[in-house]
Amino acid sequence: MSKTMTGAEMVVQALQDQGVTHLFGYPGGAVLPIYDALFHQTKIQHVLVRHEQGAAHAAEGYARSSGKVGCLLVTSGPGATNAVTGLTDALMDSIPVVCITGQVPTHLIGSDAFQECDTVGITRHCTKHNYLVRKIEDLPRILHEAFYIARSGRPGPVVIDIPKDVQFASGTYQPPKNIQHKTYHPQLKGDLGKIKHALAMMAKAKKPVFYTGGGVINAGPAASTLLRELVAQTGFPITSTLMGLGAYPATGKNWLGMLGMHGSYEANNAMHDCDLMIAVGARFDDRITGRLDAFAPYSKKIHIDIDPSSINKNVAVDLAIVGDCAHVLEDMVRLWRSESLSADKKALADWWSQIDRWRARKSFGYRKSDRTIKPQYAVERLYELTKGRKTLITTEVGQHQMWAAQHFHFEEPNRWMTSGGLGTMGYGLPAAIGAQLANRDALVVDIAGEASILMNIQELSTAKQYRCPVKIFILNNEYMGMVRQWQELLHGGRYSSSYSEALPDFVKLAEAYGLKGMRCSNPADLDAAIQEMIDSPEGVVFDCIVDKSENCLPMIPSGKAHNEMILPDTDEDIGNVIDDKGKMLV
Amino acid sequence: MNAQTPAALSPYSSSAGKASRTETHTLSVLVDNEPGVLARVVGLFSGRGYNIESLTVAEVAHAQALSRITIVTTGAPETIEQISHQLERIVPIHKVTDLSLLDGFLQRELAMIKVRGKGEARTEALRLGEAFRARVIDATTESFIFELTGAPKKIDDFVELMRPIGLVEVARTGVAAITRGPQGM
Ligand SMILES: Cc1cc2nc3c(=O)[nH]c(=O)nc-3n(C[C@H](O)[C@H](O)[C@H](O)COP(=O)(O)OP(=O)(O)OC[C@H]3O[C@@H](n4cnc5c(N)ncnc54)[C@H](O)[C@@H]3O)c2cc1C
Ligand SMILES: Cc1ncc(C[n+]2csc(CCOP(=O)(O)OP(=O)(O)O)c2C)c(N)n1
Ligand SMILES: [Mg+2]
Repeated sequence: MSKTMTGAEMVVQALQDQGVTHLFGYPGGAVLPIYDALFHQTKIQHVLVRHEQGAAHAAEGYARSSGKVGCLLVTSGPGATNAVTGLTDALMDSIPVVCITGQVPTHLIGSDAFQECDTVGITRHCTKHNYLVRKIEDLPRILHEAFYIARSGRPGPVVIDIPKDVQFASGTYQPPKNIQHKTYHPQLKGDLGKIKHALAMMAKAKKPVFYTGGGVINAGPAASTLLRELVAQTGFPITSTLMGLGAYPATGKNWLGMLGMHGSYEANNAMHDCDLMIAVGARFDDRITGRLDAFAPYSKKIHIDIDPSSINKNVAVDLAIVGDCAHVLEDMVRLWRSESLSADKKALADWWSQIDRWRARKSFGYRKSDRTIKPQYAVERLYELTKGRKTLITTEVGQHQMWAAQHFHFEEPNRWMTSGGLGTMGYGLPAAIGAQLANRDALVVDIAGEASILMNIQELSTAKQYRCPVKIFILNNEYMGMVRQWQELLHGGRYSSSYSEALPDFVKLAEAYGLKGMRCSNPADLDAAIQEMIDSPEGVVFDCIVDKSENCLPMIPSGKAHNEMILPDTDEDIGNVIDDKGKMLV
Repeated sequence: MNAQTPAALSPYSSSAGKASRTETHTLSVLVDNEPGVLARVVGLFSGRGYNIESLTVAEVAHAQALSRITIVTTGAPETIEQISHQLERIVPIHKVTDLSLLDGFLQRELAMIKVRGKGEARTEALRLGEAFRARVIDATTESFIFELTGAPKKIDDFVELMRPIGLVEVARTGVAAITRGPQGM
């Protein structure tokens, strides 16, 4: 039903028509008409963040935990530039987000007007696509197109920059219909011939491994179900990137744990020794491959990905299938069955016994202590005490993030939100708020570091205002632990500026924000304290005082191969592991 | 233009690995003629460290507002494959064709070449101009401007010949390219 309305009303109408339930935002001069239009309706809840970066991460957390497009609204100039980190984060991790920015009126664009910035210029490199709306006639189409582009194909952030005069102008609103986009038509179905070829390779493989990633999560819960089926049918081992955790259940018997720089010994060795790698929605990131010329040297590689530019980017593959994981996996499951294919059982049995020997190294092991809380222990206890609930975990960035990935085990997709590609400290708290608003019934915990949490600590106010009982579980090691670890590795233990000096009292800080603050430093008290946190109906900041010098292991040092991991029980001085060439890498 | 390290030689590549062959390819890119589309294309090249040897753009279908961008780039074959795929990700791009992978294509460039000289030099310039089928589009008693159309190599050659005679300056359009035969892109 087309209707006459103002640009600002169109924005709100389009968001409603696109199914937006929560809009994260912060007002300012250039978006006041849109805020006024929001005032007159109740379908969309506006969530006032305390910093626009928080709005972007909250939209990401909302999107990742619900499978829907996350949405934010910010003003021109500083509002837009504050959102840039979050947009870049969403681009790197393929998260569907629509960001509406206000802009100075069209006749002032280019005049260095008050709070003007070249938003489309600035965000061109950190969005999947962006628009400057020059006339009201274009607005309805652009609004709907933005949602289509954000969620289709490889998802990503889209910015719509709307000058203030366009918000005031009136025009005819068109509801979203199944408009064929002029140019953007990602390929969903995989080529059947290639899929059959892939299955034939799988049936012959002696040492196969599934290497799955965030693309499986992007493809929706059906993709995870199909992946589980295919793993069960073939009996192959499976590992996943940081971004793909939960697609295959961590308690599943074929699960090898996460792979990569801080992945498990069995996952990385299986990748190194495999004769067939089946990459599903994963992008051969440098945290995964390690030294490229030593990456899976004996393997044939199949790569399923919706984005042709992910294929052969870092690693050349033998068979590329462009398509959506869910569609391709569906064909694979069906054809494996209908063509009565079967795996080489004998070879697979040998492969599994090799894998079991690697597993026996227990590479996520650590030295327990009854005097200090080991950070790994804290995550382990959090996992045990929240088992059986619908628990969503977000993280900040650093050692705690890796310990969360290693020791919290995910059974379902969309329960794990972390900043992988950009590695943005300050992601976890706003993302937790977004995830909580999308999942009112869930327990949402941000596993945080004491340094990262301070980057968006202001969002505690948002949590309070919208009654989000998020739990901020800080593994407080009084260091930027990940930085400290690399300084130990590369710079002779000279801990330049990585000590968390002058920390606030997190308990009092929580109380100042009207939330509950807790502290625990004794392993004997930890279970009861975690239980108290879980049982609390309020938002909680939990200051968990952990061992200050613990390193995050195992680790593939930069510039090394998968089978050159540093394991936790090697007493080698880690300062001697990386050569000069490796030191150049990050 | 920007001679940065090709993306394929990221720090994670083994320096011990095979030195990838550098090739020159000509890409034809059909785009919606909308504001910012050229910035998206150029920004992709600078942002990802790809080379641009030549880039031309003009509207080719007014009614549909379509423009055609012709890009000459150099890099390892796998880098050039990446460039095509990265270009395809830009939303207002309709189609990317790597002409160098096809059977045959033509490229032409137009150049205006200003030459200064008297007497002997003047006649020599005119004689060479004729041999290259360059047109004289401006003349004074001590100068000519030649207009020359051809493949870039032909223009390079002509410019080199003019240099000792009295080359003043050159303006070139960059390359436009199209496939041979009846098929369109
Ligand atoms: C401190 C730190 C340490 C890290 N250490 C590790 C580590 O040890 N191990 C690790 O794994 N990661 C680690 N990471 C994360 C790492 O940087 C990358 O973010 C991550 O490995 C990328 O995951 P991915 O390959 O699954 O790709 P994603 O970024 O999730 O990309 C998804 C891929 O799937 C494709 N895709 C998207 N949608 C679909 C669809 N519907 N169908 C098909 N394909 C689709 C995309 O085109 C893309 O190629 C670390 C990050 C930090 C900050
Ligand atoms: C915005 C931002 N700035 C800097 C970094 C670099 N960095 C990565 S981890 C880290 C330290 C994080 O410290 P903390 O939050 O205490 O986590 P820990 O490693 O101690 O668990 C830093 C500074 C980053 N990832 N993001
Ligand atoms: Mg810390």
